[in-house]
Amino acid sequence: MTPLLEVRNISKTYLRGGGVFADRAEGERFTALDGVSFEVAAGETFAIVGESGCGKTTLARILLRLIEPDSGNILFDGQDLLHLAGGPLRAQRRKMQMIFQDPFASLNPRMKVGEIVAEPLVIHEHGHSSAERLRRAAEILQHVGLDTSALKRYPHEFSGGQRQRIGIARALILRPKLIIADEPVSALDVSVGAQVLRLLQELQQEFGLTFVFISHSLPVVAQLANQIAVMRAGKIVEAGAAERILRQPAASYTKELLAAVPEIPRASQV
Amino acid sequence: MESLLEIRALTVELATAGGRVKPVNDVSLRLARGESLGLVGESGSGKTMLSLSLMGLLPPGARVGGAIDWRATQLETNLADLPDEEWRKVRGREIAMIFQEPMTSLNPVMRIGAQIAEAILAHEPQMGKDVLRQRLITAMRQAAMPEPETRKQQFPHQLSGGLRQRAMIAMALAPQPKLLIADEPTTALDVTVQKHILDLLDHLRRELVLAVLFVTHDLGVVGKVADRVAVMYAGRIVEEGPARNVLETPKHPYTQGLLAASPTLERRELTPIPGSVPQLTELPSGCSFAPRCRYRRDECDRAVPELRSAAKDHRARCVLVPEAKEGKETMDRQAES
Repeated sequence: MTPLLEVRNISKTYLRGGGVFADRAEGERFTALDGVSFEVAAGETFAIVGESGCGKTTLARILLRLIEPDSGNILFDGQDLLHLAGGPLRAQRRKMQMIFQDPFASLNPRMKVGEIVAEPLVIHEHGHSSAERLRRAAEILQHVGLDTSALKRYPHEFSGGQRQRIGIARALILRPKLIIADEPVSALDVSVGAQVLRLLQELQQEFGLTFVFISHSLPVVAQLANQIAVMRAGKIVEAGAAERILRQPAASYTKELLAAVPEIPRASQV
Repeated sequence: MESLLEIRALTVELATAGGRVKPVNDVSLRLARGESLGLVGESGSGKTMLSLSLMGLLPPGARVGGAIDWRATQLETNLADLPDEEWRKVRGREIAMIFQEPMTSLNPVMRIGAQIAEAILAHEPQMGKDVLRQRLITAMRQAAMPEPETRKQQFPHQLSGGLRQRAMIAMALAPQPKLLIADEPTTALDVTVQKHILDLLDHLRRELVLAVLFVTHDLGVVGKVADRVAVMYAGRIVEEGPARNVLETPKHPYTQGLLAASPTLERRELTPIPGSVPQLTELPSGCSFAPRCRYRRDECDRAVPELRSAAKDHRARCVLVPEAKEGKETMDRQAES
């Protein structure tokens, strides 16, 4: 079976420095991604794990074509994403949506929740009446566990966990195939983070979603990944089945990451 | 042994737009010299407000009730009603604090060495230049900052997150405090760096006989660094005891819920706690956790439960913990269900 997403040899460099205080050494470049390749099968959760600066967020942005890589290919749903433009690019983009880390920064505070959730319809599905858009928004909000009263309220009226649900509803309203989730629970309290992780798993079943799940946290990733790729300094140091990576890591860096996780002492499984 | 710090029925009351709230409500805690206590809670639990009350940094208008007995010297002081000018002898000198985000706690336009020196001079202004230089290097060595002579010339932005936190630790420990309050000190750091910082703090605690109050939401971190744990919910301590006991045999349904919701490297069914942390303006009359609790019964709504002894040194604020020493049976039944 052909994978839903195929990333081949993606590289990206940035000009080093650039701030007001930077030494302007011409031509010095910083390698954010160095020949990254992986495949994601439909319906699975592919986790990308790494510490800050490893390139995982750059990779997410490239997948959405928010930034362009220096070289490499991305095949998504049978099409070469990097060579699309205009209408065909928009058509592919609506099949991939993003969930962000910070539920406080990623929702426009001046828009009502109904408008926020329905906005992708305005962009990708012209011709709906506003009543129809709100109906669709209400429907998808129910799937994420919020009732219709949310439509007319503003983001600040909601808790962090509820805001993350709103962000998820916005990502799902176009019924995408692929969801790219960048640290979706790291800004949430433990008890609420678990709610969101469970919701993502349920929605994956319900809508047949494929996840690219980006996180710094191996314990979080361990809960829902089928495949794990461990990144360091722009490279994938190790990738494979989640079970194998967590139990029998091959790369010394993976071992180091696993050993650094402070584990909760447990008498027996509760 | 007499404890270094004894908090007795501490209540902090604040005026908010929604009315008067008690972010710290009837909290009693002890901390011995050299002991580390993990203060666990989610956002809004009151853990930060509690630690600020130990630094005399409560927001203006806060009303404080109860007592904070502080025994750094022979002379016992009550921090709960310490006048502002007296605080200067305690804050930073006897009790120091490090924060989550070292970047925002460091002055960006001042060299690292000058900032640490400032912390030393603030408490010992008469110190001569040579002694100061030595104390500075010692403080940086203590915090395991490599190449202190080079590092002291650098600015915060030239240091990594881990080194910045080490600089904060050097600054906090330079005046030789007896208690260090560490408020989520590793939350912003990568996991490999976190490990080094936690190891460092543990080492310093033993070497300097330093009491540490570890404020965190991360039960894994608590398991690694704390001798004892206190779990806060909506301003109150709901469970307290030796770290292993609390984490391995939690007695309060909230602690049990936190553990069941915490991701670990082992894949398992995570059980979220339904609902969310209550607003302090809308607390129920009985147990604050009752609306989210799966063991809720009529009794829970009648009054706030007392902290009951569940085992040796292990207490929980829950009606399911049998009142007297009798009734081990009930507890077992609770564990089974």
